[in-house]
Amino acid sequence: MATLELSIDQNLAVGEVRRTHRLGPLFWAAIVWMVLVFAAAALAGVLPFSPTDMDMLERRAAPSALHWLGNDGLGRDELARLIYGARISLTVGLCAPVIGLSIGGALGMLAGYFRGRFESLVVGSMDVLLAFPPLILALAVTAYLGQSLLNLTCILGVLGIPAFMRVARAATLTLARREFVIAAQALGATHARILLRELLPNVFLPLFAFFLLGVAVTIVVEGALSFLGLGVPPPISSWGSMIGEGRESLEVAPRLAFIPAVTLFLTVLSFNLVGDTLKALTDPRQSAL
Amino acid sequence: MLGFVARRLLYLVPVLVAVSLLTFLIASLLPGDLAYVILGDQATPEKVAALRHDMGLDQPIWWRYASWLGHVLQGDFGRSFRTGQTVLQAVTERLPVSLELMVLAELGALAIGIPLAIACAVRSGSAFDRFMTGSAFGMLSVPAFLSAILLIYLFAVELRWLPATGYVPFEEDPVGNLRSFLLPALTLALGEWPVLMRVLRSDMIATLQEDYIAMARAKGLKPSRILLVHALKPSSLTLVTVTGINIGRLIGGTVIVESIFALPGIGRLLLGAIFTRDLIILQGVVLFVALGYVLMNFIVDMLYAVLDPRIRHGHA
Repeated sequence: MATLELSIDQNLAVGEVRRTHRLGPLFWAAIVWMVLVFAAAALAGVLPFSPTDMDMLERRAAPSALHWLGNDGLGRDELARLIYGARISLTVGLCAPVIGLSIGGALGMLAGYFRGRFESLVVGSMDVLLAFPPLILALAVTAYLGQSLLNLTCILGVLGIPAFMRVARAATLTLARREFVIAAQALGATHARILLRELLPNVFLPLFAFFLLGVAVTIVVEGALSFLGLGVPPPISSWGSMIGEGRESLEVAPRLAFIPAVTLFLTVLSFNLVGDTLKALTDPRQSAL
Repeated sequence: MLGFVARRLLYLVPVLVAVSLLTFLIASLLPGDLAYVILGDQATPEKVAALRHDMGLDQPIWWRYASWLGHVLQGDFGRSFRTGQTVLQAVTERLPVSLELMVLAELGALAIGIPLAIACAVRSGSAFDRFMTGSAFGMLSVPAFLSAILLIYLFAVELRWLPATGYVPFEEDPVGNLRSFLLPALTLALGEWPVLMRVLRSDMIATLQEDYIAMARAKGLKPSRILLVHALKPSSLTLVTVTGINIGRLIGGTVIVESIFALPGIGRLLLGAIFTRDLIILQGVVLFVALGYVLMNFIVDMLYAVLDPRIRHGHA
């Protein structure tokens, strides 16, 4: 009986691997949602409604033909605020991981390729950055630097460097021992050529998959900071601050908290889903989920 | 084992020094002079200069760091210029609340995660397994502040079973204390269980394919005994590491949850210090939390080495 069960398990394992290589409907649904949010954020300026116009008579008004998602506690159009909020969440969510990707990726590749003292120095200094719980460090630095979109992006970007460094270094360490790198070295290629032409194209894919997961994490952290009132300063709306404001009227109009909450969830889920699928595709060892 | 502990301890020293330096630099180099913050915008330059002199702010930076570090090493983290309370007092007063929250959250996460992981591993590939792994993946995309709102809406606004905010000290009313911790701990547990469940599930699937499990089955042992005694223990190694890695996230989540549910813990202290610009408390709390975090990671490392001999001999 045990042997029978074992053989079933193995069949299942094979099935799972094959499934990850076919991009399912969920993957495409996630892509569609991402494109939708991007388009909304990009076209926000063209749209005929403003996120800051207040209509005091229409406070917390229910959804109508004029205001599709109703109004918030100050009579501002909820849909407009949601779309402008997408701009903030995506700006921070995409720019901060780019900082982490470029600096962390470069450091990781150099550390993994040259090894020695440089590697110890890089890994050691990243350990110091990792010695702080990320949200605590983000909160503290925001408190000193002041709240602005640029500061927020830079802080969250720097916080992402260690993770990108680790991914890039791990990938470089294994790749640097492969035949094509040794062959390039034997042909007399310079370090710069090996790093840029041989290693970078191979390290980039796992880094990009990790980048998408980083976007998801950054959107969450930005949301948390804005929720606590320490993100971008008002009246600029961000999904996190909208949820924070909606929390005050949870009893009368739970919609005001739940609409941005669902939007945030779907966006984070989409990035996680696409990132995880790409990670499974680029890393043959990890076939699960 | 002793050699391993000594090596790790030795490595801890430069990390701790660097952490203290970074905490100090963040607080010192960034814009905003402490003297102006204390005295307000209307302060005369003479007053500011006098205060700067009193606080040693006119000294060179390395000297200020050395004297600050000297005080910290003697247990003097500074004193709030708003309330007069020392950092150490403020932290020790609020630490039990945060610790209770984190312990309850972790227990909750284990209580949800372990049974689900076992159930999924036993029937890996079944509809139940796929549904649970799918939900776990979805739950990973739900930040703490979202599940908090959802739980408050469900249990405090709609059902009115539990208080939305408020804190009852344990000495006054143990039951009320647990009730006030239920929603906050559940919020954090909801974010933690998917991680634990995913790790334990995949380890458990691997363990269940080992020969000695087949042997135990052949011997006719009860399935529950095989699962809980023979399979669970060797499968829980990674669980320990993941729990350790997650402490940082848990601390971050604690700040958010304490703020939402108005629990007087370290997180609220930190946020309060940020909003009132009480920079000394802020600096002290950040240093304190970072030190605690580094030490907790050290303990998890040690625990892992105890469990897995390969680590302490440096072969992993």
